[in-house]
Amino acid sequence: MLHLILFSVFGAICVAGAINLLVQSHPINSALSLIAVMASLAVEYLLLGAEFVAAVQVIIYAGAIMVLFVFVIMLLNAGEEEKTGGSRVALLFGIPGMLIGSVLIAWVLLEHSGTGSVPAGALPGSPKTIGWLLFHDFLLPFEVTSVLILIAIMGSVVLASREEIPAPGAGGPR
Amino acid sequence: MSVIKTVIALFILLTAVAYSVWLERKVVGHMQNRWGPSRVGPFGLLQPLADGAKFLFKEDLIPPHVYKPLYIAAPMLSVIFALTSIAVIPVGNWVDIAGMHIPLQITDVNIGLLIILGITSMGVYGVALAGWSSNSKYSLLGGLRASAQMVSYEISLGLSLIGVLITAGSFSLREIVDAQGGVFWGFIPRWNIFHGQEIAFFIYLCSAYAETNRIPFDLPEAETELVAGYHTEYSAMKFAMFFMAEYANMITVGCLATLLFLGGWHGPIFGPPILQAILPVFWFVAKVFCFMILYIWVRGTLPRFRYDQLMAFGWKFLFPLAVANLVITALVVALTA
Repeated sequence: MLHLILFSVFGAICVAGAINLLVQSHPINSALSLIAVMASLAVEYLLLGAEFVAAVQVIIYAGAIMVLFVFVIMLLNAGEEEKTGGSRVALLFGIPGMLIGSVLIAWVLLEHSGTGSVPAGALPGSPKTIGWLLFHDFLLPFEVTSVLILIAIMGSVVLASREEIPAPGAGGPR
Repeated sequence: MSVIKTVIALFILLTAVAYSVWLERKVVGHMQNRWGPSRVGPFGLLQPLADGAKFLFKEDLIPPHVYKPLYIAAPMLSVIFALTSIAVIPVGNWVDIAGMHIPLQITDVNIGLLIILGITSMGVYGVALAGWSSNSKYSLLGGLRASAQMVSYEISLGLSLIGVLITAGSFSLREIVDAQGGVFWGFIPRWNIFHGQEIAFFIYLCSAYAETNRIPFDLPEAETELVAGYHTEYSAMKFAMFFMAEYANMITVGCLATLLFLGGWHGPIFGPPILQAILPVFWFVAKVFCFMILYIWVRGTLPRFRYDQLMAFGWKFLFPLAVANLVITALVVALTA
């Protein structure tokens, strides 16, 4: 019972944070709402018995990636963004569309999932099981992902250190 | 039960925080050929109380140019994250009081170490937001430095702990300590620091000093360049909260070093049953105390790094060293298993 109450409370916090993220006009407030979303997601994972995923969620997303977000906002000293009022099409079609979509997804999940409900903590979530799955059953996808991230890092280094090439014919020899 | 333990642990932690400040002033004072606090009570022992009263009664200034919600929230965040991690730290084994078998730990979770890492990685927000919301150049520079420094050193900190995790085979702090029981050749304790993790301990030490913004890595509050860094605009109790957070973090780091590298509560046990029950806690506290003295000693000895030196040290020296240590530990464990 307590589990269910906590789960609903943090789910509500999660959604509220996500809405607040869109409503706030100051980047740093938006970033902080995103941190709240990630932290409450971590609590949800914890309540579902996936302790390792919860801890990793906090360490990586809330603790490292969002620090970089905040860092960039501080570094650029981004001010308040201007409200444009939003487009009417988004209001007319977006909100009903989103509602219909979420109802559809919920209905499909409830009716056709077929596996029935699983008690919290019954699925493998311990670090040992995850490690075994990651480095045994899913070794190739894991390594391919690592290479992909490595390529992304190298790409960003190349982009960041690109020297200004003078346009042909624009400047004389230096 | 947990509530009682939480209250006791918080009381002890906050007292320890207050007296680490006293200890630091006293020890650094003697290192610099001064007396340190000596007026309030014998040996200045009541100085923390006087300081606390002073902080409480000082006027709480809020400068007009700050971004108020975050300016007020930042010190709270700092102190909350600094005090939370004590919840998973075990200070000893089990005790039997009035027929109850009580673990000396607020809560035992099987991913204790990850929880501490998560909480400390969140701790940077207090500093970063304080720097940003103060809306002053010194504070902003301090906050920027703090977030860059913490993100950089967290990597080597995490990597230095993986060696310990590989040898212990668990994330639970209690199991990690249990794996360090016993002795080599009859006299050298089987602590991780004597068990192939010497380099990891060095990396942990450096990164932990950087994570807690202590000399020689106290760039975020370098007073010669940045007045007081991220807490320049803070006064009274809000400033005291940053101060408390810093010292509580030092104690957490000391506890973690004791648990992971220095054998936790393991030590010579002898005497009557009551002494046998107290001695493990005594050894734990003694090790943390030595770690705090080391902190203060380093503060009294080393000069501050330059900012580029700090980054180069973190990325070009500690990080490769940590990776090498990890690979070698994994190889040794794999070959001897």
